[in-house]
Amino acid sequence: MNRRLSLFNVTSLVIGFAFLYLPILLLVVYSFNASRLVTVWGGFSTQWYVALFRNEALMEAAWVTLRIALLSASLATVLGTLAALALTRYGRFFGRTLFTGMVYAPMVMPEVITGLSLLLFFVAIGLDRGFWTITLAHTTLTMCFVTVVVQSRLMTFDRSLEEAAMDLGAPPLRTFFSVTLPLIAPSIVAGFLLAFTLSLDDLVIASFNTGPGATTLPIRIYSQVRLGLSPEVNAASAILIGIVTLGVVTATLLSKRSLLREEPNAH
Amino acid sequence: MRRSFAPWSDPAAKPLIRFENVTKRFGDAVAVDHLSLNIYESEFFCLLGPSGCGKTTLMRMLAGFEHPSEGRITLADRDLAGVPPYRRPVNMMFQSYALFPHMSVERNIAFGLKQDGLPKAEIAARVDEMLRLVQLERLAKRSPSQLSGGQRQRVALARALAKKPKVLLLDEPLGALDKKLREETQFELMDIQHDLGMTFVVVTHDQEEAMTMADRIAVMDHGRIVQVATPGEIYEQPKTRFIAEFVGDVNIIEGNVLGQENGHWRVRSRSAQPPLTIDDPDEVLHSDQAVAIAVRPEKMVIQRDPPGTDAVNVLTGEVWDIGYLGDWTVYRVKLASGEILRVTRANRSRYVESPIDWDEQVYVTFAPDAAVILAE
Repeated sequence: MNRRLSLFNVTSLVIGFAFLYLPILLLVVYSFNASRLVTVWGGFSTQWYVALFRNEALMEAAWVTLRIALLSASLATVLGTLAALALTRYGRFFGRTLFTGMVYAPMVMPEVITGLSLLLFFVAIGLDRGFWTITLAHTTLTMCFVTVVVQSRLMTFDRSLEEAAMDLGAPPLRTFFSVTLPLIAPSIVAGFLLAFTLSLDDLVIASFNTGPGATTLPIRIYSQVRLGLSPEVNAASAILIGIVTLGVVTATLLSKRSLLREEPNAH
Repeated sequence: MRRSFAPWSDPAAKPLIRFENVTKRFGDAVAVDHLSLNIYESEFFCLLGPSGCGKTTLMRMLAGFEHPSEGRITLADRDLAGVPPYRRPVNMMFQSYALFPHMSVERNIAFGLKQDGLPKAEIAARVDEMLRLVQLERLAKRSPSQLSGGQRQRVALARALAKKPKVLLLDEPLGALDKKLREETQFELMDIQHDLGMTFVVVTHDQEEAMTMADRIAVMDHGRIVQVATPGEIYEQPKTRFIAEFVGDVNIIEGNVLGQENGHWRVRSRSAQPPLTIDDPDEVLHSDQAVAIAVRPEKMVIQRDPPGTDAVNVLTGEVWDIGYLGDWTVYRVKLASGEILRVTRANRSRYVESPIDWDEQVYVTFAPDAAVILAE
């Protein structure tokens, strides 16, 4: 591979990244702005972070968001992993293609549609909107991401490892817990982190399915911004970006390591 | 002691493993085709054949990973149908070794023993014993990724042996090792098998490996067994042209039977004048039948001077190619008929006065009993 970077490559790289990340960078920089005016730089200060932690409404929203994210990511991880196992392991069962399509549909479905249809569903079955409806909605949204991550790991999984375990006397369930699960664990954790970050920063689906006492951080930020920009919101957003970045980077590293792990048996 | 071991020729001996008319189909493809086979206790048995011949499927059926579409497999008179892999007294060493990457060498070997719920002390003792057997005591705490290919192969062997199974299955056990190591390991495997008195069933596509290690070899092709015999019989009395060509090098001379003379077959061939004389009394042939005469390269003699008038089986040609291998020299001799023979000669002395050279006219002869007649 050509390792030298040409001027053209460097330029396009810089422009590309600038296009993607300059607005975010700007937001993070302005969260350290001493001035109350969001668009005027008044020197470095961490006062908005302090103010943020004193803002009870925002902190309350953050707490709700965190609980929803943890719970929905856990549910999505279990369901998503099971779906990945079914899709990779049970060959060509009846309706496999349909099942695959249905698992992946939420990925490409416009969020507005997902949000709206879930809202109609919850109303129809008479479930009060609030904490639980958002949690369930986020589980629906994020499950397919877990499936994708875990499935890609299972595709390269050396089945002879499981056969070896069974050959040595381990029944299927014990084989799963002592060999399969430990080896795909990094990708499951990666899937969990993806689901967690997706739930954390979702606005559209959450606002469709929210109810009294279940205002998530993105909803709170959005409603505050409509009243006027505040540096506190910048600070909250910067923290959110930090958590999401951390989650995604860890997820990527984990799924990479998980693939490398099996190498000793490769020829 | 190895010589006298031949339960297959004893009619009273009971086979340990019996394949009875076993067929395995994958969709429309037939992997194993109405196959019957007996394997005896303490036997070192090799399934040999080209890839796709069904040998691996046969082994996987024994391990319990595949199920026969038809027929029956019994182990010590017990029908294996419906017995899952984790309840069979059979262990397998996988071609990829399939070592658990998240466990140390020690824990890999202990895995099977743990499944049996043995007490901790006993497991530890058995693991130590296995580590000693494969000479890996010092690497017990390592993870598989820190081992060389040869060491991994030993761990896989130790893990499969740890439960002292009735039968050990080895799928291309030496396939991933380099040539030198492979040879050493062949002899080690034979020693281990002999010391433990265990039944080994090895799948391999490497005829040299099979010849070195096995008590008996089953040569497979297209899901069927073509011949089951000792390595010597397979090499010296191949039943078909496929076996003659698959196991070792061979020269095939095609011809037609003229008749029998003094108990020897006379065969007319466009490659030889006068007709060939072959001593293969077991064959039942009729006049004018098309046959293939198989002669191993080392059983042919190459010489520059014309043989005496009473010599039989004289072929004339010119040297087409010479390959010097150190211990052997390979001559490729082109006959007048256009066929190319392969003749090998052991290099018994370091200097040869005037060696046979390229393009020289030579005579190739072979004794009547050096050849095998294979009915076409």
